[in-house]
Amino acid sequence: MRWRFRTELTESDVTPEEVFRARRKFMAAAAGAAITGALPGGAVAASRSDPVLRDEPTRYEDATSYNNFYEFGTGKGDPARLAGRLTISPWQVRVDGLVERPLDLSLDDLLKEMRIEERIYRFRCVEGWAMVVPWNGFMLRDLLERAGVRKEARYVAFETLLRPSEMPGQKRRLLEWPYREGLRLDEAMHPLTLMATGMYGKPLPKQNGAPLRLVVPWKYGFKSIKSVVRITLTESQPPTTWNMMAPDEYGFYANVNPNVDHPRWSQATERLLGSGLFAGSRPTRMFNGYEEEVAELYRGMDLRKYF
Amino acid sequence: MSLARASTDRAGGMAARIGRLVGRVPVTIVYAVGLMLIAWPFTRALTGALGPDPVRTLEQDLGLSALQVLVVMLAVTPLRRLSGISLLRFRRALGLTALMIVIAHLSVWLFLDVADVGRIWNDIVRRPWITVGMAAFLMMLPLAATSTASAIRRLGAAAWRRLHMLTYVLVPLAGVHFVMVRKGWQAEPLLYLALIALLLALRLERLLPRRRSASRPRP
Repeated sequence: MRWRFRTELTESDVTPEEVFRARRKFMAAAAGAAITGALPGGAVAASRSDPVLRDEPTRYEDATSYNNFYEFGTGKGDPARLAGRLTISPWQVRVDGLVERPLDLSLDDLLKEMRIEERIYRFRCVEGWAMVVPWNGFMLRDLLERAGVRKEARYVAFETLLRPSEMPGQKRRLLEWPYREGLRLDEAMHPLTLMATGMYGKPLPKQNGAPLRLVVPWKYGFKSIKSVVRITLTESQPPTTWNMMAPDEYGFYANVNPNVDHPRWSQATERLLGSGLFAGSRPTRMFNGYEEEVAELYRGMDLRKYF
Repeated sequence: MSLARASTDRAGGMAARIGRLVGRVPVTIVYAVGLMLIAWPFTRALTGALGPDPVRTLEQDLGLSALQVLVVMLAVTPLRRLSGISLLRFRRALGLTALMIVIAHLSVWLFLDVADVGRIWNDIVRRPWITVGMAAFLMMLPLAATSTASAIRRLGAAAWRRLHMLTYVLVPLAGVHFVMVRKGWQAEPLLYLALIALLLALRLERLLPRRRSASRPRP
């Protein structure tokens, strides 16, 4: 039987919505009290230490309001503000290149035919912030196997929708549009590699890459390309957007690695979204905590060279 | 004689009126606004209004405010020469306020963001954009230390003026720091840098008076 991913994060780690809200109210009250000096500092400290050390799913509002999706602008709030105008229905995805049977699938086909499951993954941005997201989606490998991977194929290239009329960021040449990403075939076939169609049990919000995005939890977030319209199997390593823009900063592999500094950001620690002003940061984990599952993919590789 | 003088004449009445108005504004207002620019985002960060990554957002908000005050400070001289409205009285307060906000910006980075002595030094040395920002900050210190009337007397006006030309280096460095912080060539920081370049270019006429008067006949 095929090995399937088992996460140490389970449904019981998901804080029920009412608990989120109660906690949020308490935090706000504690912060307010701290300003006026009505509460001893210890109370505030206790309330803020817990979400940093534990991998609690990020609040839905945080995960959907703080996004990098330069197709809608460079501000963290731009995608949530501007993605609303994006038409996501109908949506077609092409699977082509070195496959036995090129596929042209609508989102409905995918939702009907693929096995959708929930995966609670850590998500780590190259900028040094992190979150924990319960995704809903299917394994990329299941889709690739449906198309039939030809034996010459060694890489998988992904492309985001190009539609400047609805994606205002594409009107400026900040990056070379459409956004492109890529994986080595073994990375793409890894059971952790997910094509997400939803999060928190809801359809994927537009600012998070609706209606279909890649999620590769052991790599920096920019690898997890959003609003995918094309998946192409190739023989050679495909060009990828951030790598084309600044090859010394954004490698093709982009595996989360506390020991390899980015020229802009030390990657030794990360700030967990929603943990507050005084929470501090926590140590970054090798492969974002998925070392046991993915380290073998990179055995013998110099991860400083292939960053 | 010059464009500046001509426009001053045309706008003379208006400028005089605005000048009288500005003359009644106490300088302490600048410091008060500066404190607000620190206290307001800090309060918002505490109450959760700065979003899910308050440390980074606060850091960036403070950095941008400091740069904006520096730009206003740099605009004082060109504004006076082009419109006749003099904000000279406020310039020292503007410089010190910018430094105050920069210190807040740095403190957030030091104590709330990195919070690790070894890594702070590492960041300063290894990350070019932090090196540039830090250089701009360090240049502000001697200027703040010599911002009093007695320091001007002690140094002599000429030496003091030469020292304070550091402003023309540190403000562009702060602008470059902003450009480098952003991924890719983003419009907002480039606009600030262009504005800084313009404000500096408007001074060239004064810095190179001889070449000017030689190449252009006086009326």
